[in-house]
Amino acid sequence: MRVPKWCPPLGGLAVALFLAALVAAQARPNRIISLVPNVTEILFAIGAGSQVVAVSTYDIEPAEVRALPTVGALVDPDTERIIALRPDLVITYGSQVDLHTQLKRVSIPFFDYRHGGLEHIMVTMRALGQRTGHVEQAQRVASALETAIDGVRRRVAGKPRPKTLLVFGREPGSLRNIYASAGRGFLHDMLTAAGGEDVLNDIEKESAQVSTEMILARRPDVILELNAASRLNDADLQAVLDPWSTLSSVPAVRNKRVVILNGPGLTVPGPRVIDGIEKMARALHP
Amino acid sequence: MSIRRRILTVVAAFAVFAIAVMLWAPTVGSTSISLTRALDRSIPWESNVDAQIFFVARLPRVLAGALVGATLAAAGVVLQALLRNPLATPFTLGVSAGASLGAMLAVTMQLELSLLGITSIPLASFAGSLVATGIVYALASSQRRGLSTNVLLLAGVTLNSFFSALILFVQYLADFAEALRAIRWMMGGLDVADYFPILAALPFIVVAFAVFAMLPRTLNLLSVGAESAAAKGVDIVSAQRLAFVSASLATGAAVSLGGPIGFIGIIVPHLVRLMVGSDHRIVLPASALFGAAFLVLCDLAARTLMSPLEIPVGVVTALIGGPFFLWLLVKRS
Repeated sequence: MRVPKWCPPLGGLAVALFLAALVAAQARPNRIISLVPNVTEILFAIGAGSQVVAVSTYDIEPAEVRALPTVGALVDPDTERIIALRPDLVITYGSQVDLHTQLKRVSIPFFDYRHGGLEHIMVTMRALGQRTGHVEQAQRVASALETAIDGVRRRVAGKPRPKTLLVFGREPGSLRNIYASAGRGFLHDMLTAAGGEDVLNDIEKESAQVSTEMILARRPDVILELNAASRLNDADLQAVLDPWSTLSSVPAVRNKRVVILNGPGLTVPGPRVIDGIEKMARALHP
Repeated sequence: MSIRRRILTVVAAFAVFAIAVMLWAPTVGSTSISLTRALDRSIPWESNVDAQIFFVARLPRVLAGALVGATLAAAGVVLQALLRNPLATPFTLGVSAGASLGAMLAVTMQLELSLLGITSIPLASFAGSLVATGIVYALASSQRRGLSTNVLLLAGVTLNSFFSALILFVQYLADFAEALRAIRWMMGGLDVADYFPILAALPFIVVAFAVFAMLPRTLNLLSVGAESAAAKGVDIVSAQRLAFVSASLATGAAVSLGGPIGFIGIIVPHLVRLMVGSDHRIVLPASALFGAAFLVLCDLAARTLMSPLEIPVGVVTALIGGPFFLWLLVKRS
């Protein structure tokens, strides 16, 4: 029997389509393990939440993850449990090199994440959209976030940019061991987007310890201080603010512009970042 | 008569050096300030930046550095003589490990208590040092024949490792930010920004120095040997008790003020002995004065060398102290 001429190409096409479908099905992971809390938030935001089967011990957002099994975290990933859960994609942090080696050995694909600047959130959203089969929703969420951030940028554009010190840690009740955001990185980008001029602009690091001398010498107009407490009553707030009164020559202290930004997740590099930027912008440009 | 004159001359020389360093140190820093403006009372305090840099950022640092340096160096001298071990430091008997564990717990449990204006971390670290001292003391005096220096040394060293293990465990359970904060505390820091913490540590240190002042003769005899000291009619046990308790108390207060700043307690006494010999009547006061000057200078380096960044002062003393310690070991063998 003679095979018609059109048969082999059509058969080839069918095979190709079948293979493509197979690859596509395989490329859409259905058992994702995320070891990075902010990436977990991103996964849920872009619609890949139902594909997540386990998270890190530090994951608390969104609420759905609290019911999921946990498999260790940044420094202590539980490789055995990770492999036992038969994931088809593991979200790892860039410094987890041992875990990378082990995952390669058992041929489990992983998405290697590292914190970057503000733009990196949108980049990560789109990349994960590709990787998890949610290109459109990821695109939509990323663009909406970009628009919202640009909205804040435009709102503060013409206004004078106050010199700002962004403090994210110090010894309670004192001015010892103050850590602040410095000239690059995610917090620095948030502050800049919110219309502040970072007083530590010249320090090419993500964070720096600042001495009282440096704060006195650089004279910030505003001091923003991050506080993880979800709610502070007036007495607590006064207790947190009190130590700053020692530096009364600093304009921020003299003009009562030391602002405590409180609430958990204010600075998580994920979909909620816009809330943090909005809060900063309101504090800087009341 | 001539020994008295020698003591006075040498101690006076060290005092002049220490005072000169302490007068000079607050005038230099990462920013340049005008001293006349800083001391000008006619400018209101609220708007006098130079005065605030001088009186808030620098002077408390210099005073805290002098107090901590003097204490650690003097406690080093006392413990080296008491244990008859040239490698002993104020931290050999577990005081700093106890203090560090206390600070670590205060950080991870987010204690927010404060007592008379002193915050939780210094309070907890001082409490930790008292616990460590108590345990070592109880162990060493549990044998009937007074205080055994061998048990003292072994108990101290063991307690050090045991507390270090607990510190690692607490650190492992802590959040990243908390663990980092505790680690930073262990690197030492003198930017106290206030006179209150200094005043709070002062009474313990003054009492300890009053005890130290009675010790030099006994320490001289002890460093020759306990038997010969007893033969000279010295009440060894009570002298040892006094020396151990006062040195530990002072060290605990110093660590709660500036963190466990290493190497001061070993390099300063040895340097001073190289300069003035081994008579404790000279070594003890001279070490206290030299220790004060040395730590103030190390802190000056810490706040200016990498400006606008700071180097933790414990890192500076360790960078100078480590090689010196090794040199000392090689020289001895």
